[in-house]
Amino acid sequence: MKFINQLGAYFLMLRGMFSKPENPKLYWKEFMHQCAEIGLGSLGIVAIISVFMGAVSAVQATYQIVNPMVSKVIIAQIVRDTVIMEFSPTLICIVLAGVVGSKIASELGNMRVSEQIDALEIMGINTKTYLIMPKIAAAIVTIPMLVILSMFLGIWGGRMTSSLSGALSVQSYDTGLMMGFIPYNVLFALMKAYTFSFIVTSIPAYYGYHVKGGSLEIGRNSTKSVVVSCIVILLADYILAALLL
Amino acid sequence: MIEFKNITKKFGEKLVLNGVSHVMQNGKTNLIIGTSGSGKTVLQKCLVGLFEPDQGEIIYDGISFTKMDGQERKILRQQIGMLFQGSALFDSMTVEDNVMFPLDMFTKDKYLVKLKRVNEVLERVNLIGANKKYPSEISGGMKKRVGIARAIVLNPKFLFCDEPNSGLDPQTSMLIDQLIYDITREFNTTTIINTHDMNSVMEIGDNILYLKDGQKEWTGNSKDIIFSENKNLNAFIFASEFLQDAKALRMMEAQKK
Repeated sequence: MKFINQLGAYFLMLRGMFSKPENPKLYWKEFMHQCAEIGLGSLGIVAIISVFMGAVSAVQATYQIVNPMVSKVIIAQIVRDTVIMEFSPTLICIVLAGVVGSKIASELGNMRVSEQIDALEIMGINTKTYLIMPKIAAAIVTIPMLVILSMFLGIWGGRMTSSLSGALSVQSYDTGLMMGFIPYNVLFALMKAYTFSFIVTSIPAYYGYHVKGGSLEIGRNSTKSVVVSCIVILLADYILAALLL
Repeated sequence: MIEFKNITKKFGEKLVLNGVSHVMQNGKTNLIIGTSGSGKTVLQKCLVGLFEPDQGEIIYDGISFTKMDGQERKILRQQIGMLFQGSALFDSMTVEDNVMFPLDMFTKDKYLVKLKRVNEVLERVNLIGANKKYPSEISGGMKKRVGIARAIVLNPKFLFCDEPNSGLDPQTSMLIDQLIYDITREFNTTTIINTHDMNSVMEIGDNILYLKDGQKEWTGNSKDIIFSENKNLNAFIFASEFLQDAKALRMMEAQKK
């Protein structure tokens, strides 16, 4: 029963976001601010994770290919496909659920507890449109960009490790990358990225916006929002894979 | 003028407001007083629409607020200013940006025009020079004054203050009270203040509504309170021996006159 109530409140919140902005200029400013917060703010962590993700994939693929009959260029294919199809969209979005999601939940939770949301309501501002919509829109714009960047960095990480360890030359790695490449996989990854970016912002926004109590509840809701976001991402990952592949 | 009739509000099984009716007068400081948990804040939140009453009607200048749709309420809310108990300033904005925010949102004035208005209201609340400070860098009393400045920047017809003196020293409390009182007179606003500060009651109480257990127990003004024989009200207002002595003294003075 509680789950149905929460689901209903979540959809009502989403519906409530769609109203005419009081002053579009201010909403645009807020959107750009969120783009910088979510996009630029997560750039460092995304870059580090992506490079290591690709490097580890390459090392593990090299370790597992023991049959001399199998060409080593397959390492590049393994790195490419795992990074594009799974690691970059899913793993990066799970990390962003922690980085961006917890920030959104605690920011909105703090605004709720300190009556800042009430103050905006009293002024006649639709707080769902002003506070939540720019965050979701900014995430939908910036997170897929981060995912694309992550793909390049992940593949580059694998290339660097393979060549440094001597498992595969740079030329062989590049040849492997071109072999059997399916452009649809990138499209599939982007569809996942768009879906996940909506999840990593809307769920924490729901938990933050509906905080009741004090600082303890802000922390509790922030943690809960990250856990729920991760579970929903994995569930959506499975559904998208089953439907689109 | 704000009139409310038979306001009833329940949270689960708990009846917080039970058929409260009263008229908040224009150009006067209207006080809602009562012990903690008596329903003051809930009543005020019902009046501004943050809570929906289960029963009853709220009328702003002859127009039913209860029957207004979202858009009509939005328009009315631009005539409402509110000072929150914790000031509710936006942490990430400077004092100037906090005060300018309603102007940015609802006017199309140029920056310099808005800045002029911000400086006017900051001067009105004696806060000139604090423009570039963040809420974390100013004192509790200053935060309240910034809250008042933000509440009055759009020249509201209705000003709500939720416990404006909480957490302030007596001297600053008196300054805040006087400021609210002067603004009410100056701009002819309908000011509604939630308080359990006895100084406020005695100094600026033009029209007082005393709530007890969610019900209207007594109404009057600061002069009537001295002569009130309502036991609950007397126990609440003149709780300490010092205040009882003060009441006796005031009664003697009044009898002499």
